[in-house]
Amino acid sequence: MDPAASLTQPALWPLTAIVFLPALVAAFLSLPIVPKAREEFIRWTTLLTTAVVFVLSLWMAWPQLFGAAGPAQFKLGEPGMQAVVKLPWIKAFGIEYLLGVDGISLPLVVLTTFLSMLAAAASWPITKHVKAYHVLFLLLVTGMLGVFVSLDFFLFYVFWEVMLLPMYFLIGIWGGPRREYAAIKFFLYTLLGSVLMLLAILMLYFTSDLRQLAPEQLLASHVVSPALDAAAQADAVKAITAAQAPVHTFNLLALAQIGQLPNSPFAAVQLWGMTLEKWAFLLLLIGFVIKVPVVPVHTWLPDAHVEAPTPISMILAGVLLKLGGYGILRICYPICPGAGLDFAWLVCGLGVVSMVYGAFAALAQKDFKRMVAYSSVSHMGYVMLGLGVWSAVAGHEYRWDAWAQGVNGAMFQMLAHGISSAGMFFMVGVLYDRVHHRNLEEFGGIFNRMPVYSGLAIAVFFAGLGLPGLCGFIGEVLVTLSSWNYSRVLAVISAFTVILTAAYILWAIQRVYLGAEYKGPHGDHLTPITPRELAIATPLVFFAILFGVAPQILFNYVTPSVNRQVETLADWTRRVHDAAPAQPVAAAAPRIAP
Amino acid sequence: MNAQSNLGSLISDSLANTLDVSLPLFRPELCLAATVVLLLLCRILPVLKHADSALIALGGVAFGLWYAWSDFKSLPTGGDLLAGRQELFTGLLVYDSLTAYVRLLLMGFLVLYIVFTKVSGIPDREDGADFYTLVLGSTLGMCLMASANHLLMLFMAVEMASVPSYALAGLLKGRKASSEAALKYAVYGAGAAGIMLYGLSLLAGVLGTCHLPSMALGLAKVAHVGADGGSVMVLSLGGLMLAVGLAFKLSAVPFHFWCPDVFEGAAAEVGAFLSVASKAAAVALLLRVAFSLGVPAASLGVPAGGDAAAQTLAALGDTRHFIVYVVALMAAVTCTLGNLAAYGQTNMKRLLAYSTVAHAGYLMMGVAAALAMVGVTPAGSRDAISAVAFYLGTYVFMNLGAFAIVAVLRNTLRSEEIASYAGLVRTSPGIVVATAIVLVSLIGLPPFAGFVSKFLVFSALVEAITAGAERPLMLVVLVIGGLNTVISLFYYLRVLKVMTFDPPPAERASEPFPLVSLPGAVVTALVVPVVGFGLFWSGLYAAAQLAGAFAS
Repeated sequence: MDPAASLTQPALWPLTAIVFLPALVAAFLSLPIVPKAREEFIRWTTLLTTAVVFVLSLWMAWPQLFGAAGPAQFKLGEPGMQAVVKLPWIKAFGIEYLLGVDGISLPLVVLTTFLSMLAAAASWPITKHVKAYHVLFLLLVTGMLGVFVSLDFFLFYVFWEVMLLPMYFLIGIWGGPRREYAAIKFFLYTLLGSVLMLLAILMLYFTSDLRQLAPEQLLASHVVSPALDAAAQADAVKAITAAQAPVHTFNLLALAQIGQLPNSPFAAVQLWGMTLEKWAFLLLLIGFVIKVPVVPVHTWLPDAHVEAPTPISMILAGVLLKLGGYGILRICYPICPGAGLDFAWLVCGLGVVSMVYGAFAALAQKDFKRMVAYSSVSHMGYVMLGLGVWSAVAGHEYRWDAWAQGVNGAMFQMLAHGISSAGMFFMVGVLYDRVHHRNLEEFGGIFNRMPVYSGLAIAVFFAGLGLPGLCGFIGEVLVTLSSWNYSRVLAVISAFTVILTAAYILWAIQRVYLGAEYKGPHGDHLTPITPRELAIATPLVFFAILFGVAPQILFNYVTPSVNRQVETLADWTRRVHDAAPAQPVAAAAPRIAP
Repeated sequence: MNAQSNLGSLISDSLANTLDVSLPLFRPELCLAATVVLLLLCRILPVLKHADSALIALGGVAFGLWYAWSDFKSLPTGGDLLAGRQELFTGLLVYDSLTAYVRLLLMGFLVLYIVFTKVSGIPDREDGADFYTLVLGSTLGMCLMASANHLLMLFMAVEMASVPSYALAGLLKGRKASSEAALKYAVYGAGAAGIMLYGLSLLAGVLGTCHLPSMALGLAKVAHVGADGGSVMVLSLGGLMLAVGLAFKLSAVPFHFWCPDVFEGAAAEVGAFLSVASKAAAVALLLRVAFSLGVPAASLGVPAGGDAAAQTLAALGDTRHFIVYVVALMAAVTCTLGNLAAYGQTNMKRLLAYSTVAHAGYLMMGVAAALAMVGVTPAGSRDAISAVAFYLGTYVFMNLGAFAIVAVLRNTLRSEEIASYAGLVRTSPGIVVATAIVLVSLIGLPPFAGFVSKFLVFSALVEAITAGAERPLMLVVLVIGGLNTVISLFYYLRVLKVMTFDPPPAERASEPFPLVSLPGAVVTALVVPVVGFGLFWSGLYAAAQLAGAFAS
């Protein structure tokens, strides 16, 4: 593709702006020409930047809001990758600047931009080193968004790692009393996971061979850009198929195509008695579940959450945990389907263990924020269970719709948890800003002192609880229902966990908001909620209710892509894994899972 | 009569060869030698007594860089990669893409280094001439190390690079630690040199030649005939003793003990020189020795591609296996020990010393992978050498940057203890950001150059594993390399933690270190490539690939 043509790709500038605008503004803010003392200016610039990025992501996701839909904007109901941007980066390794969104990543992108905006607004109480804080915050935003839109494994890894350093400093400088411990623990856990991920990436890269793919698969995975004219496409395909040596690739879509081939090279290579596919799956899974996190690698999370300042806790719980789930869904399963099927028990088991363990641990907490942190562990367990069930169903009854239900539920749970957990952390932060403690035993009677705040907070906590009519309910119920097909025991356990969830959340509400009167320290500081806080809390509550009563809004985006992936993999299972005669893939019409 | 004319033609041939082939390809080294002479002359001639020796050195090295660059540019690309290979001076030296690359790297490093030392103020004006004479002389030896093709030359080059370094370590004349460092270094170096020389004599004695490619043929013959146990024993012993000398230059465990003491005692400027230039030359020499002994050279009567070549290559399998095991195990141990020992350090220079030890380990992993893949996948072997070459290229900026930061901070804080950096971010955020970039790059995290280097080395190891070349060993090395990355996080981050999290000491006068200053500009100039090569590394990698083709 000639340079001029490649720079006119419709989605190039919108997607690039969404990812790199925060970094660009961060670079500007870090210049000496922005005086440290102009804190208000720095805060407003950051908020404005995140708002612009949010509007841009909304422009992509909801074209109707902005008039006619352009080629870079998202077409609802189309399951494949859209708005693909493809530029060469490192030719020697075939590394590309390959971005794109589909129904799985776009909602997460919008969630990220939305929460970043709210977190920027929630950063006003930060008074220490305001300039450095906002620079790091914006760099973090770039890293997160980059992960969600990258379709090149190398690029994905770069963004994945770019998040680490800002997060380390954000927790370590602006955190609570044990911030240094929490920061290094966070960094260490994640780095261990990402080194394992790097090994898996390299294994997959060197085993992959694009020559095995058919021309239409090369086109579908954007190895050969579909934007080229027919002759150029044929040339590009021929350059690959006629190559003497294997053509390796980092392209995630192509790796998925290769992994799903009947003669997948990943399943052919044996290392120490296991196929390379399984090794890669396990290494990637470890990298991702550390981020999710699941028991037993969750211990960084309560520390990091508790010590991090409120806006960073919102980002951590709202977005960073989703990166793990997203990675499993986007990378582990499509690329290593056989291993996914064989290790379904592991993924589901980890999910259920985290669910139950997180809930019990939350019950035992005295620190309000720590309780919310453990509730995240528990809630993300549902995501793991939902992702896991779909790859296996007892016996050989491949009911793809049951799997699709689980994955849709997991996706919905991720988005809903993004809203509710960010909300819960913010609500805790509002209280902490006033009374400077988080001891559940010393609260009580907040409802009398701060009625508006308490109303909103209780709504958010109910959303976290999974009350029908609020966003937390839909995901949990779908996951539980679909897990029934996989294992009744797990389904029963996950259903019972809802009771535990209700217990710790209701108990917390009772101890904090209800009761006669506040007797803890700094009682006179319990001032009513400020307009700024209200402006952050209201949208969170609004979406918690909206997605609870109208989940279709999200399913319209999520379901087509998820269903197609599930169908493809169900078909793969029939075709390859059981060597059964292929059956026609069910009609690709978007279906609503419930 | 006949004998006389033979002698005459021999003399005229070798003269013509020297003048027409060897000397033109030797111009960068000649520039260095001429500059050294000029620097010494300046001390004698009263007219030139007040000339600034840094500028003279810079001028001479600039010429050297120019020639090195033009040599590198005129290397044949694509097609016949070996066409550029030339044996110089009757086979004592070899000129190929690796020579050209390392020489370019060393010359480029020298330019940066002279500018940096000029700004940082060590050496002072009196010491300047001595200092630059030693540095240039040592670099001349390093250039020879990269192109050594003969055991005699190998030993001479190593000594030529080492002896001036001993004196450099003692540059801070008034300081006890500096003299102690110099003495320790010299004694240690002498011991290592002695052992290496003994090993060389064993090898030469059994194989009957000192010319490295001929030695490879000899080894192949030994393997082919099926040698008696005795000569194999002597050969292995000789090889191990040669490895001792190389390990000393690489500061590989267990011959690294000089490294922390010398780095702590000597000035940061000297540390920078030893950790970058010396390491680059040592790695080049390791590559040179490993590939000269393990792979038959095409130029020696064995036509490439034929059955004979394949037979020789196969016969050298045991040699390669031996070298790979020695290098890989040493790499694994070096890396682990370096990283673990760095954890407890309180002095920044000592910490960086252990960090260079650890990085020598990563580099040796790449060398091991390169040699392991020789008979299995030649393309993979080239990739692995390119990875090592790329690593060296980025290492110049990372480590020179790190030492430059130590030096400029020493000039403001009068201390090289990590604790004295506490809270530096309050007064001089610029230098802290630069430190963060350099150290995070040394950990190997994106988007910095150190990540790409590590990525390339690990990918070489994975390529060896997937190709089935020494699979169990490479797997072990890969896992150790990965774990080491995690371990190294602790001590690099600790420095950043002290700089940012900890409160500044009460007694420190708030001396802001502005990035907009001469030292700041030097640091920036070294740090920008660390970011640049992390994001856009195609160009450097293409150059490294050229170097990677040297043995194919």
